Amino acid sequence: MTSADAAKVAESPEAIAARLAASRYLADDSLATAIFLAIRLGKPLLLEGAPGVGKTEAAKAVAELLGRELVRLQCYEGIDTGHALYEWNYQRQLLAIRHAGEHEIDIYDDRFLIARPLLQVLRAPERRVLLVDEIDRSDHEFEALLLEFLSDFQISIPERGTIRAATQPIVILTSNRTRELAEALRRRCVYHWIGYPDAQREAEIIMLRAGDVAEATARAVAIAVQQIRARPLAKPPGIAEAVEWANAATILEKGGSPWPEAFRRAIGVLIKDEEDLSAIAPELGRIVAEALS
Amino acid sequence: MRRPENLRPAAAPFLGFARLLRDHAFPIAPEQTISFMQAVTLLGPRSMNDIREAALATLAPSPDHRGEFEAHFRAYFYGDAKPSIEGEEDDETRVKDDRGTREEENQTTREEKGGDLSSTLEQLSSRDFQRDADGLDQFRRKLASALPARRSFRTTRTRSRGTLDLRRSLSEIVSADGDIPVPLLRRRQTVPRKLLLLIDISGSMKLHTADYLKLAHAAVQGAERAEVFTFGTRLTRITSALRIRDREQALARAATLVDDWDGGTRMGPTLLAFLSVPRFSAFARGASVVILSDALERGGHAELETAMRRLSARAFRLSLATPLAGDRRFRPATAALRAILPVLDDLVDGSSVGSLTDFILSLARPAPAADSIWKRVS
Repeated sequence: MTSADAAKVAESPEAIAARLAASRYLADDSLATAIFLAIRLGKPLLLEGAPGVGKTEAAKAVAELLGRELVRLQCYEGIDTGHALYEWNYQRQLLAIRHAGEHEIDIYDDRFLIARPLLQVLRAPERRVLLVDEIDRSDHEFEALLLEFLSDFQISIPERGTIRAATQPIVILTSNRTRELAEALRRRCVYHWIGYPDAQREAEIIMLRAGDVAEATARAVAIAVQQIRARPLAKPPGIAEAVEWANAATILEKGGSPWPEAFRRAIGVLIKDEEDLSAIAPELGRIVAEALS
Repeated sequence: MRRPENLRPAAAPFLGFARLLRDHAFPIAPEQTISFMQAVTLLGPRSMNDIREAALATLAPSPDHRGEFEAHFRAYFYGDAKPSIEGEEDDETRVKDDRGTREEENQTTREEKGGDLSSTLEQLSSRDFQRDADGLDQFRRKLASALPARRSFRTTRTRSRGTLDLRRSLSEIVSADGDIPVPLLRRRQTVPRKLLLLIDISGSMKLHTADYLKLAHAAVQGAERAEVFTFGTRLTRITSALRIRDREQALARAATLVDDWDGGTRMGPTLLAFLSVPRFSAFARGASVVILSDALERGGHAELETAMRRLSARAFRLSLATPLAGDRRFRPATAALRAILPVLDDLVDGSSVGSLTDFILSLARPAPAADSIWKRVS
């Protein structure tokens, strides 16, 4: 798919939202607008939000919507060029030198180049979407490297020269906001903060994502999760956990537990912190009962 | 950027809005203004909401300032009354970042009555520091190499004990025409762990805060990655003030940043507030955390206990240095201290700069848990 095709797909925020829904991702207007702008302005999209609100899922949905392959780069502290850009296949190079004997051989040939995510995307921007996941986990050095990549979409390999992208690739960055990102990076991107959805949207998401969950269950889960998130927990449950909870409760109910009991017994998939569990335990019965009514 | 006279008159408001935000300390680059106008054009705009969405996506206000941003937007485009932006000041622990941003917390705090030394009354006052240095220069020089270390994912060149550095070896081989000279090695680097100092500046610590801040200044100057926060009734990050090389200047700047000198203590709630800011609590992960406080928490200590437990779960080593331990007769006898003792790695004397610098320089050496030491004493 060329960039002209991408522009055709992204003719309006509503078209994007509809196509995202077709790939089983429910985006609100604001997110659809941000995606639309990122594609049309040719800028990277920076998604921030608490863990489990569907940032990575959004990236997957965008790749699906454009009919492109998603290349994911997971960041961590100490990530370097060898993991992000490229690496030489030294073993093969050595073998090739031996094999060549007296002949001349170019050991910096494409055969010996292992392309890492950034280079992969640069080589085929029409076929791939780059996801730089959890950029807040990387250190400042990597952020600076990424900044260079995102502004010019080029990589220089000392042995080979500079490789430039034929067209501008689509890049999505996500951050959990465990640390403040450099202003320069935020400035280059189209920005969107993904918050927790309201109860109705969350119920729709649960219906869409969970296996076979009754509508009433989905709605009850959404309401209860909203209530639980309002409590001062160390780790408020994300959307993924809510979906799991709905699934788990449904399975338990089919196994013979009555409704409120099924929710209570499946709480372990929703809240995964001992302290939070004991904090919420006394109120859980009431919250579930209210949500079910 | 194009000059305003070349712009169509309809575009002027967007330029003006960006300027207005810049006047209110939103960092907005010219290229963001350009994208904002491009985005508005792309979207139609069919409604006011399109303009709002475009502004949110391109001008990228940080989530902490979202409310302020919306207020300015309404005021500018709808002509609402001037926004009153000062946040509501109820019983919340205020977190002050020294970059001038403030984060409102949903950590509510209880008013606690009683206590002469550590009262919860906020007594706001300022203070300046002028006293000369002692052995702090030496501490600063030794610190970088004395902090606990961890292995980094990055590698460094080495002559012995390492794995083969194929990249460099290969280019050696090529330049030596196929001969294999001495293989070149590389090894994972060791980097010093982060150091986090949390300084109690309440009234009961009055005698020591000046010394502590000097120590903190030396630590920020000496260590590669150190963060310093003060807490009393509020939490204030003073690291960037302490980055100023000159001690007097740095301390004077820090003194103006902090509003709650010599007031009461709300140790538990302020530490919880610290942990609830993801950026701060991420810094505590894997760091050596040293709390300089007497831990005289009046009233309930449940929050203090929770905060300390969470901190110790994150930190590489959690130490409490209290000036009270300078006294030979000191025993961790208060309810609060007894409750937090099991999660502490060290409970040491913080009564003098000398003992503190010695302790911080010894952080890399293993020591028995505070619990076992103090059990033996009592």
